[in-house]
Order: sequence, then structure tokens, then C-alpha cells
Amino acid sequence: MEQDFSPLAESIKRYRGKPGILIPLLQEVQQIMGYLSIDTMAHLSRELDIPAAEIYGVATFYSMFKLKPQGKHIIRICKGTACHVSDADGIKDALKSSLGLEGEEDTTKDMLFTLMEVACLGCCSLAPVIMIDDTTYGKLSPDGIPKILERYAYEEGK
Amino acid sequence: MSEIKVKVGMASCGVAAGASEVYDVLTRYQKESGGFDLGSTACIGMCFEEPIVEFSGGSLGSVSLGAVDPAKIEEHLKDYLDNKLPDANIIQADKHNGKHNELLAGQTRIVLRNCGVIDPKSIEDYEAHGGYTALKKALAMDPDEIIDEVKASGLRGRGGAGFSTGLKWSFAARAKGKKKYVICNADEGDPGAFMDRSTLEGDPHNVIEGMIIGAYAMGADEGYIYCRAEYPMAIRHLLIAIEKAEEKGYLGKKILGTDFSFELHVKEGAGAFVCGEETALMQSIEGKRGMPTIRPPFPAESGLWGCPTNINNVETWANITYIINQGSVEFRKIGTDKSPGTKVFALAGKIAGSGLIEVPMGIELRDIIYKVGGGMKTDKPFKAVQMGGPSGGCIPASLLDTIVDYDSINATGAIMGSGGMVVMDSGTCMVDVARFFLHFTQSESCGKCTFCRIGTRRMLEILTRITEGKGEPEDIDKLEDLAANIIKGSLCGLGQTAPNPVLTTLRYFRDEYLAHIEAKRCPAGVCNSLLRYEVIPDKCVGCTACARKCPVSCISGKVKEVHYIDQEECIRCGACYSACKFGAINKG
Repeated sequence: MEQDFSPLAESIKRYRGKPGILIPLLQEVQQIMGYLSIDTMAHLSRELDIPAAEIYGVATFYSMFKLKPQGKHIIRICKGTACHVSDADGIKDALKSSLGLEGEEDTTKDMLFTLMEVACLGCCSLAPVIMIDDTTYGKLSPDGIPKILERYAYEEGK
Repeated sequence: MSEIKVKVGMASCGVAAGASEVYDVLTRYQKESGGFDLGSTACIGMCFEEPIVEFSGGSLGSVSLGAVDPAKIEEHLKDYLDNKLPDANIIQADKHNGKHNELLAGQTRIVLRNCGVIDPKSIEDYEAHGGYTALKKALAMDPDEIIDEVKASGLRGRGGAGFSTGLKWSFAARAKGKKKYVICNADEGDPGAFMDRSTLEGDPHNVIEGMIIGAYAMGADEGYIYCRAEYPMAIRHLLIAIEKAEEKGYLGKKILGTDFSFELHVKEGAGAFVCGEETALMQSIEGKRGMPTIRPPFPAESGLWGCPTNINNVETWANITYIINQGSVEFRKIGTDKSPGTKVFALAGKIAGSGLIEVPMGIELRDIIYKVGGGMKTDKPFKAVQMGGPSGGCIPASLLDTIVDYDSINATGAIMGSGGMVVMDSGTCMVDVARFFLHFTQSESCGKCTFCRIGTRRMLEILTRITEGKGEPEDIDKLEDLAANIIKGSLCGLGQTAPNPVLTTLRYFRDEYLAHIEAKRCPAGVCNSLLRYEVIPDKCVGCTACARKCPVSCISGKVKEVHYIDQEECIRCGACYSACKFGAINKG
């Protein structure tokens, strides 16, 4: 299916021709489209006259840019030092088993959740920590994970 | 305006701990009954006590309460007004013995002086605490005079390397070019470090004022604050602060009626640790992949868009207003001769008082951990403190009398770093810690230099093998050999320091590596594949709880008799260990 790029027209117009715009532009485009598809990047390349390789290079370099569709809620697992020594791995295992994710999978089949690891959320005194969208949950134990996820599933009526 | 003031700590960690609920309850209560002013502040540093609320203006003086329950805050406030607040909740007080008074007593606050005191969203509050007086003083000085003052203060870059700030400024000031930039590096990426986040959330104007003074001294008219996108509150507070400073004429064209103009932007990072390296950071501001470039030319000659550029980190900039206002002589009275001033640390890990502290240079590590940090969190003994994040190293108990200054910390093999300090106890495996950091640097290597790109991967593979019980006797030599080559063969700080966590743990905890490799044991009981679960016969009462929980049924024994775990069949899941109520399963 062809993607509709018309929602991007305004952003492209605002950034066109200015120096150093690629990262903020891609951030904005990702906000609008949800993720950066190859087609989206090709469209930006044509519109802004920036080589597609340069756009792809930047998009793959920074962890914030997503090249695949993301779940409705983003779960960030903090992998900072304090969380690591407070069993962040156990939290990750609990999340994966609650969400039914296997191996390298990061997004649930119903597209409700995407799981990702982040370097450090800077709330080390609350370790181990996860962040779901903009809400931080601290002092977690693997047993408490299903209860946290329930709230989000409940909102969806599931 | 009421005499009675109530302030809620609303920095990221406070909000994560439930400060918003407390604030909501207080807002409702204020509407109903009135009689007090309600405000918010940022981080006082005692993150382990969040959410924190401060009452002041009553006859009890200023009193801070910790771990506040939203359901009880109304009652606490009534008690405060009736002068009968119970001691149990008081963590810090002026006229009273708060339980953490001594934690703050060991600190000297320059950078954090306003954090947790003022409302970071109010420029008037900052001005009321001496804000923008340093700028007024500086604008009446000759630019060279300012640089000389910063040089004389002996301030060294707080981002980790410890280069003289005044000298760095003089290079940028001398560089030829019509257009110059100043940059604040707020891409705080070290896991376990949150000093810059708290500083920016709690006192953004202090950093901005430092940058305006620096720009004036070096002749720059434009600046950037490059901040991690993972810090949304810091970015929000910075944007508010910049807008307010522009309204008041501290930023923008013809600042305070002089000919000096300065424009400041906030640039959000997009998630790449290597962008904390100054040349990579500038590439990123230019919208490119954040890969370091070869120095020379140094940024002072050719930095952002080829113009002379000076880049300092948040904490360095945050020291400037103090130096200008109090003078270099006063600044040098704090700290040591070669490392004057203070250092902010983020204490985390197995320590009771985790949070943000600011201590004078020259303090012993032991005092940081046992006095300012309140000692260990649990009964397990202290094992090591990790300083400097993935570029740093682990300092063992035997070196706890090391003093905090750049040179003494370097001598241990660790580095001062930006200020992450993660405390580890006997339950932490040092090989696992080394592997953790290598995993981090390996995935964050930008890939430009071969040794950093591939060498760190080979080191990580060896470390993983060791933690899985597949280590070989020659592995330690291989690690040391690779480490030496990665240090030599990498362009930037990321690669040059990536082997440090491995080298320091090898230096101080070599026997732990040997236990993994030769005896196939993990003495700390962390590395899963090396664990053995065994029944302690004296403690086992034969309740059968473990046998019933074992998913592979490898525990045998009759009721009321000592049980036995078949090591061949055991999958080391730990179910028996959690099931046993008598502490009769040994993990190790």
C-alpha cells in the first residue's frame, strides 16, 4: 500500500534548504508517521534534495529512529549500571514472558506494546526502572510486572 | 502571599516516585482551606527519600519530609502548623535533628546551591538568589580579565578529562574567525549518571548564565545546549529559562544595553552515546551521523560548521557564576591545589543514600560512601565502587582512602569521569560488571575505528564465554592484549577508555576471573551458568517445598529427611532457592 505523505508537506517546507536540519526533521517526521519507512526516507530525499543514503545513514545511526512500525505503548527498560546490578535482566524476562515475546521480537502481535532497552533513564535511586510512554515505574520486582501491564491492556478493553 | 510555604520536589525522580499525586492533594487542600503558598522545586539530591516535601515559615523553621504518602500530607501540614510534627518523617530541618542532616553537612554546594531551593521555572526566584549578578559583573570586565579569572580559579573540565577550562577558553578566544560558537555538552550518556539532568532540571539559569559569560569572554555570538532526548523535563526547563532570559534582556541582541549579543539554542540528541565526544557532538548538531573526527584541528580552531568553538559540559558551565561572583581566590579555598572546587556525584547501586551529592575535591572515597552516602544499603559488605561509567573502572575496598581529585583517581586506573558512582557489594560479580560495560561500549561504538569496532566485540565474546563457564586459561592474556591495542588504535575517548572496566577489574579482582575460568565458579553467585544450588544438610528440615517447585524434578528426598539436588539434571533456575523458607539452599 502506498503511504500518504501529505501530512509531511508542512514540515518539509519549514526545513527545506536550512543547514543541520536532518535530525530534527526526522524526529518530526517520525512523530507524524510513527516510524521511518524506506519509502518515507525516499520521499524526503526527493523533496529536500538530500541523498537517500545520507538520510538512511542518520536514521540507522541514532537509536531514537525506528525503521519498523512501533506498538501503541513504548516500554523502555533501563539498562543502566544501577539497574543492571539490581536485576534489570529479571525485569526484562518478566516483561517478555508477560507480553508473549520470543527471541528477538520486540513488538506484540496486537501492536499494543514495543519493548526496548535504553542506556540509562537517570532514576538510579529507583532501580530497577522501566518507563512506559512518559510514566516511570521504579523499585520493580519481576512479580509486579503483570499488574503494571494489566492497566494498559485494560484500557484497551482486553 | 502567606508566611507558610510548601514546596514539593518535582524533578524526574520525584515525579517517578509519586510527587505529582502529593502536589495534586496539596493543590486541592489549598483551594479548600488556604493559608499557605504552594510551589515546586527540583532535586535536593536525596533521591532515596522521594517524594520530598518542604514546609517553611512556621515556628518549626524549615522542615523537609521524606517518602511522603499523599494520603497523609494534609495531616503532616496541620501538624506542622500546630508545631507538633512527629520526628519520624523529618529528613532534614534547620532547627531540628532531621535524620539526614549529617548527609548534607558533609557537602559543599556550588553547582547544586539552588537545586531543590528555587523554583527552576521562575527567573525571579533565580534572581532573588543572586541570579544574573555574575553576568552584570562580567559585562563590566574586559573579556581577557574574565578568562584570566577562570584560569586562576584552576577549574578543570568536569566532563571527565579534567583539562583546564581557562586554558581552553583562551584557545577559542585567540582563534581567528568572525563567527564563534559556545556549546554546552548535556549529552550525559554514562549509565548510572544523572548529575547533569538534575542540574538542568533544578537550576537551568545558572548553566545559561555561565554560557553567556563564556560567550562574552570568547567573543561568541551563538550557542547550543546539546541535551539528551531522554531528559524531557531538563529540555522543558531549559526552553522556559531561555525564553524568560530573552524577555529580561539577558539573552538576545545587545544584552543589558551593551554591544554584546548572544543567541542560545537547545538541540535534542537522538540517542547515541558517542555524541558525548565533542567532535561527534558537533557532527550531530550539523545533522550528520555522530562520528568523531580527527584532532587537530581542535574545535577551538575549527569546530561547529568550521568555526572556532568552545565546548564544556553542564557542570563546568555551572561553576562559572560562582567563580565570577566570589572570585578565583575564594574558589581555590575549596578542594585541593591541583583540583580546586567541588565535584557532583550521582550515588547509586547498593548504597543507603542514593542520590545526588556535591563534595569538595580532596574528600576520601570512604567518607563519601560512609558519611555523605549513609553507608551500605544491606548487610552485605562493600566490595567496590565504580567511577566514570563505561570509561572508568572499579576501585576496591583496599583503596577507599583514595582522595577525590583527578590525579589520585587516575592512579587507581579508574577516572573521575562525569560523576557516576555505583557502589557494589559482595553480591556483585566483577566479571559480570566488566561484561556489562563492554556490552555497552561495544553496542555504542560508532564503528569508525577498527580496533574499537571489532576489538571490543572480541573482548565482549571472551568475557561472555568466561561468565558462561567456557573460559580458557589464555583468555586473560588475550583480554589484556586486545585492551592495549584498542587504547592505541582508537581515535576518540570512547575507544581509548573502553577497556578500562576490564583492566581495573583484572587488576583488583583477578582471582574472581580465575575462579570463573579455572574452578568454573562465580564467587558472587551472579553468573547463572556457573551457579550450583546445594542443600545445606544442617538446615534442611525435609519440608519438600523445594522438590515440589523444581521444574525438572531433580530434587530427591523423603518428608522430614535431608533433600538432595542432582547437579547433572539441575537447570539452575533458582526455584528451590526462592521456595526454601529455612535458608537451607546454598547458591554459589
